[in-house]
Formats: sequence, structure tokens, C-alpha cells
Amino acid sequence: MSEPEVRSAVFRILRKIAPEADPDRIRPDDNLREALDIDSFDFLNVMIGLNEELHVEIPESDYGKLRTLNDLTRYLAEHVSA
Amino acid sequence: MPSLGADMQEGTLIEWNVKPGDRIQRGDIIGIVRTEKADIEVEVYHEGVVEQLLAKAGETLPVGAVLAVIREEGEGAPAAAPVALAITPPAVGRLRASPLARREAQQLGIDLAQIQGSGPHGEITEADVHRAAETAKKAPVEKPAAPPELRAGIRRAIAAAMARSNREIPHYYLETKIDLSLALKFLEAENQKRSVKDRILSVVLLIKAVARALRDVPELNAYWVEDQLQRKEAVHIGFAISLRDGGLVVPAIMDADRKNLDELMQALRDLITRARAGRLRSSEITDATVTITNLGDLGVETVHGVIYPPQVALVGFGRIVESPWAENGMLGIRPIVSATLAGDHRATDGHRGAQFLTTLNQHLQEPEKL
Repeated sequence: MSEPEVRSAVFRILRKIAPEADPDRIRPDDNLREALDIDSFDFLNVMIGLNEELHVEIPESDYGKLRTLNDLTRYLAEHVSA
Repeated sequence: MPSLGADMQEGTLIEWNVKPGDRIQRGDIIGIVRTEKADIEVEVYHEGVVEQLLAKAGETLPVGAVLAVIREEGEGAPAAAPVALAITPPAVGRLRASPLARREAQQLGIDLAQIQGSGPHGEITEADVHRAAETAKKAPVEKPAAPPELRAGIRRAIAAAMARSNREIPHYYLETKIDLSLALKFLEAENQKRSVKDRILSVVLLIKAVARALRDVPELNAYWVEDQLQRKEAVHIGFAISLRDGGLVVPAIMDADRKNLDELMQALRDLITRARAGRLRSSEITDATVTITNLGDLGVETVHGVIYPPQVALVGFGRIVESPWAENGMLGIRPIVSATLAGDHRATDGHRGAQFLTTLNQHLQEPEKL
């Protein structure tokens, strides 16, 4: 799966979690939690959504690597195609 | 007109779903009441027959006023039955819809989050749902922010409760730093055994530890009513859930001390999901015996909270921060959380408050027993 495809899936999930937010306005290097005002419960739901849609099980120990949209899409692109 | 907390003064009856002579069962929704913060589905806790409807649609009544008379099974004379409520709180920035609209949306398979409400304060009405159903195949409408009137109403309600608290409750504050190394190590190991959807958040450990500590120091699990401390047997922990645009709801996790970590996580998930979808029950709003405010996600290090009357304590948690920590003559880096207690000085003294925080710490040092 390409990065644009992964990004599109990420946006679908983020819109479900924070419907009033506009993921398209997020800059690639923005802190996702701050930009979307999502808490740890929302973040866990993002992880669950990614798991269900992309079948990627992100271990908790990797959460710290996923601060920005770029971090997330790169991580997922690597692990989806792996 | 039942009270849904210290901030509610009155409510307006929107409609009755029953008429005199109707047989009702426990759990039936018999009407809808509007408060400053929310529309409420009036859920009845009795079985019997509707004897008389005392309140009329459109009528605004103070808290405590009797809405209806229900003859319970086997009763000769009718009794004015207090009604319990299923509350639909304001879901600021996410959703605000009347109970009727919710029912219609459920039946028609319409996502309320995609509808812009045309009712008072931007509320989604039944007609909005029908319009949305007709145009269901069109692109979803972007959800607007909550209208200013709604935000103002919520702020007024919070202001009333907090002003009462500050006016009536002589607060004292205590703070301690807690090393979460063992707790987080335990949690990491536990979560490795679980699928993503079954993972437990660290706040669940904090909630359980508070619940356990309240069993040890029961004076803090209590109400202050008519100049007296009323201890509460059950531990119902009010968990502050921030809503977008500044709103706040504090529904209770019932019997938190009796739930294991998986059950607590499930209860928290259920509560947050329903709070944001506007489907809380009245008992969850009114029955909390203590409140936890966790502002760690927002980067706050220390919380000095305001007690929600008639409760007598509020426990605050800040961000878990890696900090230098000296122990047994050794200096290391540990994940540290700041735990604070706001106590009602009429009900308890700092000594008991300190015992609570000490006990809380002890429970978090033995996470496998939580």
C-alpha cells in the first residue's frame, strides 16, 4: 500500500474520531494529538481503527514514534507492505 | 423534577410519551425534559399505571416538583412517584440531538454526526433526521462547532456548580508524587497479552487505585449534607470527561472498587463513548461519590480541582513525566505522576487526606493486586 493510500485510510479514521476536525488542514509535521485535540482514549481508538482497517497491530512501545502525520503514514506504509 | 446535580435549578417538560391509564414498566421512557445543559429522557423506575400527569408540555418547573403520579402494582392509593432520568447531555462539538431525533436516526440508519441541526441551539430535530434520510446518499455535511448559545448554557451550568462549591466548601489541597515504574511495567506486560482493542489505558490503574484507597479511607467517599458527613457504601467514581469547546461532563463509573481492570476499561470506554454520543443515564450523572480529574493528556503536571458538591473530595492526576528520582541512595529516572487531593475541610482534615494519598501510592506499588 502506498503512502497516499495509507494517508487516505488514516484520514478516514481520524474523521471518525474527531468529526469536527479537518485532517486535511493538518501539516505533515504537526503533533497529531495537539492538532486534533485527541486524548489517550481517542488515540487508542485510532490504533484500533488502523488495526481493523489496515490490519497493522502497533505495539504500545511504538506509540512514542507516532507523533506526527508523517510519522504515522511512514510507519504504516512500512508495516502494511511488510 | 429530579435534580441532575448541583448545577440544575429547573427543567421544562417538552412532551409526555404516556397518558393516564397507560401501564408502564421499569426502564420505560415516559417523557422528555429540557434543562439548561441538555434534553433528558425521563426514565421511570417503577412498574404500575400512570394515574395523573401533573406537569404540562412547555411548563417549566423547579427541581423537586412532582411531574406525575404513578400507581404502583398492588397499591390502593396512588403515590407521587419520583422519576429517574436517562440524561442526554450536551455533546459539545460532536452531537446535540433531541431524543426523538435519536430514535428516528437509529430507525432510519442515519448518522447524527453528519446532520446540521435546525432546532434551538443548533439541536438536531426529528425533521432534520427525515431530511437527512432523503438525501442520505449525498456527501456528508461537515459538522459545525457548537453554537454560542449552547456553549454559554454549559458554561452557566458549570459556573453555578463551581461557584456553589467555592462559596460553600472550604477546600484544602494535598499533593504527592508517585513513582509509576511498577504500574506501567505491569500494564505493558498485560497489554502485550491483549489485542489492540482490549488494551488498558494507564488511567484505569489510577481509577482502580483510587477506588481501593477510598475503601481504606472511607471518609472521602461521602457526601456533606445538612452539616453532616454521609459516608457512601458504594464507590462510584465520577470521571471528568472534557468535551470540545470547553464543555465538561462527569459521569460515574459505578462500583469501581468491585471491577477488575478489564471491566473498568470496558466501563470507561462505554462511558466516554456514550458521553460523546449523548446517551448518559441520570444515575451516572447524579450518583458519583468522588471525582477524578485527569489532565495528563493535556500536558498539565499538577491538578488543583474544585470539589463537586455534595461530594467531599476530588482527586487530580497530571501528566506522567520522566523525572529524576532518588531512592535508597540511588538516583534514577522514573515515570512520575503528580496526585493531588482536594478535600472538604468540613468533612475531613489534612491528616486523613494524607493517609488517602499514602494509601493510593501503596496500591500503585502493587499493581498486580489491583
